[in-house]
Amino acid sequence: MRMMSGAAMVVEALKDVGVTHLFGYPGGAVLDIYDALFAQDVVKHILVRHEQGASHMADGYARATGKTGTVLVTSGPGATNTLTGIATAYMDSIPMVVLSGQVPSMHIGEDAFQETDMVGCSRPVVKHSFLVKRAVDIPKAIAQAYYIANSGRPGPVVVDLPKDIVNVQDSHPYVFPDDVTMRSYNPTLKGHNKQIKKAVACLLKAKRPVLYVGGGSIASEASEVITYLAERLGAPVTSTLMGLGAFSSVHKQFVGMLGMHGTLEANKSMHNADCIISLGARFDDRVTNNVEKFCPHADIIHVDIDPASISKIVNAHVPVVGSVKTVVNQIHAVLDEHDLSGQEEKLADWWEQINDWRARKCLDYVQGDTVIKPQKVIQALYEHTNGEAYVSSDVGQHQMFAALYYPFAKPRRWINSGGLGTMGFGLPAAMGVQFALPDACSVVVTGDGSIQMNIQELSTCLQYNLPIKIISLNNRALGMVRQWQDMNYKGRHSHSYMDSMPDFVKLAEAYGHVGIKVDTLDQLDDAMKRCFAEKERLVFMDIAVDQNEHVYPMQIKYGAMDDMRLSKTERT
Amino acid sequence: MRRIISVLMENAPGSLSRIMGVFSQRGYNVDSLCVAPTADQSLSRLTIITEADDKVTEQITKQVNKLIDVLRVAELTDSAHVERELMLIKVSTLTEVARAEVKRNVDIFRARILDVTSQHYTIEVTGTSDKLSAFSDVMAQCAEITESARTGVCGLSRGDRALRP
Ligand SMILES: Cc1ncc(C[n+]2csc(CCOP(=O)(O)OP(=O)(O)O)c2C)c(N)n1
Ligand SMILES: [Mg+2]
Repeated sequence: MRMMSGAAMVVEALKDVGVTHLFGYPGGAVLDIYDALFAQDVVKHILVRHEQGASHMADGYARATGKTGTVLVTSGPGATNTLTGIATAYMDSIPMVVLSGQVPSMHIGEDAFQETDMVGCSRPVVKHSFLVKRAVDIPKAIAQAYYIANSGRPGPVVVDLPKDIVNVQDSHPYVFPDDVTMRSYNPTLKGHNKQIKKAVACLLKAKRPVLYVGGGSIASEASEVITYLAERLGAPVTSTLMGLGAFSSVHKQFVGMLGMHGTLEANKSMHNADCIISLGARFDDRVTNNVEKFCPHADIIHVDIDPASISKIVNAHVPVVGSVKTVVNQIHAVLDEHDLSGQEEKLADWWEQINDWRARKCLDYVQGDTVIKPQKVIQALYEHTNGEAYVSSDVGQHQMFAALYYPFAKPRRWINSGGLGTMGFGLPAAMGVQFALPDACSVVVTGDGSIQMNIQELSTCLQYNLPIKIISLNNRALGMVRQWQDMNYKGRHSHSYMDSMPDFVKLAEAYGHVGIKVDTLDQLDDAMKRCFAEKERLVFMDIAVDQNEHVYPMQIKYGAMDDMRLSKTERT
Repeated sequence: MRRIISVLMENAPGSLSRIMGVFSQRGYNVDSLCVAPTADQSLSRLTIITEADDKVTEQITKQVNKLIDVLRVAELTDSAHVERELMLIKVSTLTEVARAEVKRNVDIFRARILDVTSQHYTIEVTGTSDKLSAFSDVMAQCAEITESARTGVCGLSRGDRALRP
């Protein structure tokens, strides 16, 4: 039996679960663990500049790969600084493990220096948490933390480690558990056969079916089987903000994102559908608009790994608990027994209708000669990256423009904070992507407001030579707030603009990177070329865009899914 | 509607606070809560009384079931069940008449006197919540209630239905 200190056990257990990257920041309570990290190079530690940054990096890493992201922080402020990142991961069901230092066991509860009840603080935003009481329990707690984080409906797990149990002076037997299963936790993967049959009957009866794809389709790696399902049925596919890329946005059956800023054809298709199959989506209020008026004609098949998501917001006619991939495969098996040759003809009218909606070209906009439209920037980005980039986004108008104007052909390419809507997410998330995939093109789409919420991580980018490309849509405003003020508050722009914008080019340069300023349309293309020609360096593109542009389409509050504004003057 | 929700969970630190967290986070109310280890000491059994409609009850049971520490959740009000609550009540009885009246009601309610001093009776009574409330009302009429404590309801299904790990 191997004997080692608690600190060494932490590192050893991380190796045993296969962790290669650890995003962290040291402090008193974790100095022993840091000492144990020093002695090895299997687990690569990335020193961030703010613990919130570490949490979003771990998150971006997880979203891009499906692997669990790992964070290590000290007690007190180190731990509380990760809470926004934990909540962000929780809302979007992202696997993450946060190891937090804690004051020595004997001082817990004494308001000791840098003591916070991390298990208590994080409780509402974690899937589970552990306060480890004995060094010998460390390997099991860590093994279970990773198992829980990345099984069932994934989510963040906190492991709180009191300083005394990780003391480098002590020595304990290290036993990594062979089996991490728990009697109280057995996620259901396989759908109930009876429900699968009902779902198939519903799909085959439908004359106006829609596939409604969400983040769970990405989490369960279901892209291929969903594409095959869509093609077998010949049905239109829409996606939530979280699901973009699970079904290719350039596929002819894709009708665009749905919901608050969804396309006309997506929201119309949903509203008029007679059968909706939801695949790992949760009928979020940013999708449904007024639930009372939601999709009045549709039978709803709800496939979700989390039973609590089913019929939470909208009543499901056919609930199916299971992983999207497994369930869709089960559906395929039942479909194999049916003759599907009549599908195309059956849905011909439906497609004619959908194509009429498409003909409205709801995403068209007018680009003048000089002032750059934000949509234009995203389209230019798409061209210059051949649609192959990993796009991490912040939160605001720029996020919606990116979601609508950058068609994602593959899953895990669109990295954004959908559920919590965390400004400051983009840059650290893109860093996590770049650490996971050093050869990938990792881009941030951000705004002048959001980028300033974790801009300190530019320093980390220099330290680790991350050649990230930052595309900042500078509208000199908290644009999304301003848009709502235009629409709902008579244009009273209460505290939604900033009149002390830094010189972002100089700022980028001060951090050791390349800065490029773009003011007018004629400069855009060349600037993008220069940006993507810089293979080895981080480039910050500060692009002045039209301050008065709004994101459209946009659902009208209290309306049905398809009650929408299409521009400042038109509505459905 | 009044619901009795029964939970079987790991008898581990933090489990209870997670369950209570689900209630406070999602705006469900807890009218009473009764918790203790089961015959198998590694498990705890909780009985929660809440006021909720069908939809909310479904959400409560699903959200509680989702917690990693929770093994089983059942709503007892769905079907035949037994439920009991225990109350300890201390009354001050200054006159002979009052003492006699208290004793008479103790017999009627099949309660038990646990402690007697010159001026106080401490009484134990078990039954449904309604019975306990009725007893408390009666005591208030014939004596002065000094203090009382109730355990909250605990319940089991009738017949062979059971929450098993
Ligand atoms: C941490 C945080 N604080 C506040 C908000 C509310 N909010 C949503 S969008 C937005 C404006 C974002 O401004 P910017 O990053 O410049 O993007 P733009 O909308 O201008 O493209 C704000 C303040 C938020 N989502 N996150
Ligand atoms: Mg802005």
